Amino acid sequence: MHIIESGNTAAAHGVKLARAQVIAAYPITPQTPLTEKLSEFVAAGELDAQYIPVESEHSALGVCIAASSAGARAFTGTSANGLLYMHEQIHWAAGARLPIVMCVVNRGVGAPWTIWNDHQDSMSQRDTGWIQLYACDHQQIIDTVIQAFRLAETVNIPVMVCYDGYILSHTYMPFDIPTAEKVDAFLPPYAPDDALDPGKPCNLNTVTMPDTRQDVDGNTAPGYMDIRHSLHADLRTAVEEVVAIDREFRNLFGRGGNPLVESYCCDDAEVVAISLGSLSYQLRTVVDALRKEGLKVGSAGLRLYRPFPDQAIIELLSGIRRVVVFEKAISYGNQGPLYADLKSALYRQTTRPEVENYILGLGGRGIQTEELTSILRDACQGPGVENDAPRFIGIRI
Amino acid sequence: MTKKYTCLKSYSRSGPGDAGNTGSWRVLRPVLDENLCIPVKSGKKACFSCWLYCPDGVVSRTIPPVIDNVYCKGCGICAEHCPTGAIRMVEETVLAVEEEE
Amino acid sequence: MSVQTTVLNLPEEEHVHPGNRACAGCGLGLIYRTVLKALGDNTILVVPPSCLTVLQGLYPVAATKLPCLNVTFASTAAAATGVVAALRARKKEGITVAAFAGDGGTSDIGIQALSGACERRDDFIYICYDNEDYMNTGVQRSGTTPKGVLTTTTPFTGKAQASKNVPAIVAAHGIDYVATASAAYPLDLYDKIKKALPHKGVRYIHVHTPCPAGWGFDPRYSVKIGQLAVVSGMYDLYEIENGIKRLTGASQKLLKKDRSPVKDYLAMQVRFRSFSEEDAKYLQAETEAKWEAYRTQFSED
Repeated sequence: MHIIESGNTAAAHGVKLARAQVIAAYPITPQTPLTEKLSEFVAAGELDAQYIPVESEHSALGVCIAASSAGARAFTGTSANGLLYMHEQIHWAAGARLPIVMCVVNRGVGAPWTIWNDHQDSMSQRDTGWIQLYACDHQQIIDTVIQAFRLAETVNIPVMVCYDGYILSHTYMPFDIPTAEKVDAFLPPYAPDDALDPGKPCNLNTVTMPDTRQDVDGNTAPGYMDIRHSLHADLRTAVEEVVAIDREFRNLFGRGGNPLVESYCCDDAEVVAISLGSLSYQLRTVVDALRKEGLKVGSAGLRLYRPFPDQAIIELLSGIRRVVVFEKAISYGNQGPLYADLKSALYRQTTRPEVENYILGLGGRGIQTEELTSILRDACQGPGVENDAPRFIGIRI
Repeated sequence: MTKKYTCLKSYSRSGPGDAGNTGSWRVLRPVLDENLCIPVKSGKKACFSCWLYCPDGVVSRTIPPVIDNVYCKGCGICAEHCPTGAIRMVEETVLAVEEEE
Repeated sequence: MSVQTTVLNLPEEEHVHPGNRACAGCGLGLIYRTVLKALGDNTILVVPPSCLTVLQGLYPVAATKLPCLNVTFASTAAAATGVVAALRARKKEGITVAAFAGDGGTSDIGIQALSGACERRDDFIYICYDNEDYMNTGVQRSGTTPKGVLTTTTPFTGKAQASKNVPAIVAAHGIDYVATASAAYPLDLYDKIKKALPHKGVRYIHVHTPCPAGWGFDPRYSVKIGQLAVVSGMYDLYEIENGIKRLTGASQKLLKKDRSPVKDYLAMQVRFRSFSEEDAKYLQAETEAKWEAYRTQFSED
């Protein structure tokens, strides 16, 4: 069914189709309509789920962690300071290997207060062990949410689906809502065999020693570092799972095909602009304009950010002369996080493109297509990159 | 093709002695004098304060009550609350000498 | 009136293994044994960082024979809510969900989540074992530490402020069952858990927990000190069921009996060493006043 609706509504439909069983969320701009829509679905009986109006985001993820541990498919959504408030729980969910799905409606973080879009919130969680996916339009939002549950439950790692606050969450676009039958065929019910159960008593996530210890049967049980290493190793293996799930989704629903990086006019490009989220689509307008000037430019949007798809990046950028990384976040005191990850992925290549870093759109500062066009034109025609220091676009004071 | 996920978790199963043989913590050991023990003397189920108040559940509700010395930590609550003073706390060092002989 | 459990009909089965890491004479050990007997096997426990975390065992050995979820410090009640929600979503009925937290995890860092759960009337039982300090991290002061008590963060003159009345705070949410209990009166505690279970919404039991290591006394006196706290009239055993408050057990008996002197309770514990004669007298007077008021309030009992 095709409708014209907001990005938040698209996400809500994804959660509904995925048959989430426990939803706990706390309102925060610009996530609120997502929460409201889900509570409407539940109240109207369209979604058979327990909707818990928690008293904080820390509790929202706390409810999800417990619900998931007790065998229910759990979902929450938040933005910015709400995400930061649940930070300890974000680490917890990953270490506990719980297949929770969370939508992050990207918004800048305080202080000072902002309600507008940037990626600092989800970027600040990149080291927690969650899988991070970015959606670029409304269709991707609903499709990615559905795939996220399948991915999380296959690899037992929680998944964050990020989409731009206001730019996607509050704008209206046409998108297709798949049928429940198709989604049920794609996403079976969540049925873990180690859920909390009086019939199979266990103690979850208690204090774990630095070293290995004997369990009650005399076997060697892992220490903390072994358990945490398993999370990292499984995250790396999960890159292939993202691709496999996308392939299956495409067979059933006819959409997808670019689960790691979505590129536009990159095949013969000399200069590629890389970004996350809706910005990569805005950059396509720039690409089109510059191509008309005869400049060989392309735009690539990273769909998977964690685990970092370094192989895909290497393949995308092989033969490219210059990469311009645009990001709506910064690792304060250093560089853009995507820029640093990308350079790290390219480090061991014998031929590497020139790389440069632009920080833009923080706290929702407007991103002018003209400005992007001029930057990319300079990347094609202008001088080489002199240093690594990130350049900020649009600073006025 | 299914990928291999190690998925290690902190998942504990239950069993005694998480802290080892906690009987080794003892400095004083509770010793029961059956001649003073109410259930023993009456032959009936009665009192059992030692069983009730033991924080570690190492006293059995039997006639006579039996204390599991592998795990008893020697706190002395049973001795304190035995209404007839049937339980005395005896130095482990004294008992060790006796047991050796 | 419900039948009171005796030492002879208290269930014999233990749900905790011995050889756990609790201190010798731990008040929590006694509470935990008793509460699990009342909750029964068909229970899922939720536990934040606290002495109970350690008692329950370090990975991979669990001292508890029931399923248990360890959670972050502030989220105990939220996690209990989550387990209840999952069981409801999965149409699994009859399983009791019990949150078991210390006074720190309840009155301080955990109070927000507890308040939310009470207001939402989520269906679980919440047991706070109150040893009146952050014991697990080494005897630092908490919101329930009484005034004047020496702790590692109130080391010379003792805590300056009076303690929070957590049962009253919880009762103000209008939940159906709130009770106070003590490790020293396990049968009273057992009966209260049994009485709480059939109610809906959050049920709250606040349990006074003598701690030999943190309060400074020989472990053999754990139960005795708990008893002194009650029979001196300083710590009261009561329940508030559907808004009606009544004293229970040894506290109820005090309406018609003499109370033992407060100074006997204080004298047995190193943590009260900063109390002067004046302080003890003041505390005695406070206790007298409270019981005068009780005698009027509970004159029909």
